[in-house]
Amino acid sequence: MEYFDIIFREVYKILFLLVPVLVSVAMIVWLDRRVWAFVQKRRGPNVVGPFGLLQSLADALKYIFKEIIIPASSNKVIFILAPIITMTLALIAWAVIPFNEGQVLANINVGILYIFAVSSLGVYGIIMGGWASNSKYPFLGAIRSAAQMVSYEVSIGIIIINVLLCVGSLNLSDIVLAQQEMWFIIPLFPMFVIFFISSLAETNRPPFDLPEAEAELVAGYQTEYSGMMYAMFWLGEYANILLMCALGSILFLGGWLSPIDIYPFTLVPGAVWLIFKILFLFILFALVKATVPRYRYDQLMRLGWKIFLPFSLIYVVLTASYLFYFNLLPTN
Amino acid sequence: MIAHAIFFYVFSLIAIISAIMVTVSKNTVHSVFFLILDFISISCLFIMIGAEFLGMIMLIVYVGAVAVLFLFVVMMLNVAQQKNQWLLSEDSSGHIPIGLIISALIFFELIIVIGGWKYKPDLFNSDNLQISSELSNTHSLGQILYTDYIHVFQISGMILLIAMIGAIVLTFRQREGVKKQSYIKQISRERSEGVEVLDVPSNKGVKIDD
Repeated sequence: MEYFDIIFREVYKILFLLVPVLVSVAMIVWLDRRVWAFVQKRRGPNVVGPFGLLQSLADALKYIFKEIIIPASSNKVIFILAPIITMTLALIAWAVIPFNEGQVLANINVGILYIFAVSSLGVYGIIMGGWASNSKYPFLGAIRSAAQMVSYEVSIGIIIINVLLCVGSLNLSDIVLAQQEMWFIIPLFPMFVIFFISSLAETNRPPFDLPEAEAELVAGYQTEYSGMMYAMFWLGEYANILLMCALGSILFLGGWLSPIDIYPFTLVPGAVWLIFKILFLFILFALVKATVPRYRYDQLMRLGWKIFLPFSLIYVVLTASYLFYFNLLPTN
Repeated sequence: MIAHAIFFYVFSLIAIISAIMVTVSKNTVHSVFFLILDFISISCLFIMIGAEFLGMIMLIVYVGAVAVLFLFVVMMLNVAQQKNQWLLSEDSSGHIPIGLIISALIFFELIIVIGGWKYKPDLFNSDNLQISSELSNTHSLGQILYTDYIHVFQISGMILLIAMIGAIVLTFRQREGVKKQSYIKQISRERSEGVEVLDVPSNKGVKIDD
């Protein structure tokens, strides 16, 4: 009975986290389309519900009732497994995101490594989908995205090292608490910029959406998918984007901490601040999507390996030497 | 304790079965996927014994990077179409004895190491390592790795660097006649280099060399 008790309590907690995440993914899709439309002087989805808020739910309903087509020459097990993996990986990473002091599903010691590991697994959903479709466009998209995500993970890892040098712990709550005096965006501003651009590439957002570049590859690795399986890719992608925004706000924007530590601001619960920061970063993502043209593939690789990697390595050396010289290295 | 044992046996069973499937599965891409499953279950085992840092690094390095490159190579070389029926084919039977010898060697090495650990505990002298239980796994690993074993650590880094340079040198080839874009050249171009005003005589035209 004891085990059942534990399991029920954990399942309750997990649902309490995942249902809001899924609902906010649906809302964020609407927000993305609205921002994109406003930049281009269009209206965007504004028909279903107030301000078109229910548009994503209507889309989801449509996807559920569509037929799932599995190509005859595809590798069926892997073809079905690919969207499941994408979606699962996008959701399990939320387990370690702290919404306030102590408000975290799993407060593990190596939280940041866990997120990094899960996001590096994310490439498998795409590569499996692309390969299992047994068709040219999906395969090209999968190969592109594998190379792209592996390259940009390297620079994200080194940026994380920069932050960890200032914190001295791999726990995400410790990382937020270390920013009580100063958010890391101030001393590590160049790293924040590189992190932002790398997370655009990591989540296959424009201007780095080469795996699904519709002008060249139809829809990349998603070409053969239909119905709910396509919707799962799509949900997983947006959940990943939200996760990268959350990671950016925890690493650089002080997570749940309020910007000014005085009376009226301290009344607002920490989770609300975190959500505001995530939304701020997401609107930046949407604005980038609306304004920047797509990168060419060789330029993308050049940017990742020849500019971001050396620059962030140099910044690691600078941060480490600064902290060492002024005796600021965290000791615990 | 029972739950711990159940999880241990589940993960090790998955690890062993997927390791066997890596060698016997007919499709090469499936082998790589089983290899990934193997890596993941091994990292779960690492986490179960409390080595969470090693488990996560295992996931990041092996599953996130190395296995992706494996998949890349396997997909690019198109070996997926070759059916891997080594038990039946004639020409591959020569490889089986060599493979068996190597696996027997690895097996005996493991037996020697684990037997030595079991019967001669002082063979691995880890008593002089200062491991305090208050520190987290990552801290204690860092403290040992960057103090007592700094030379070993640096030498292994050097070996990796040399291997990397070697791989680049082996695969690098200078290609002739490749047109490359130079960003600096493009930006620093001026009007005088790009535009030329010519007097074109009528009925004769002008030849522009390109």
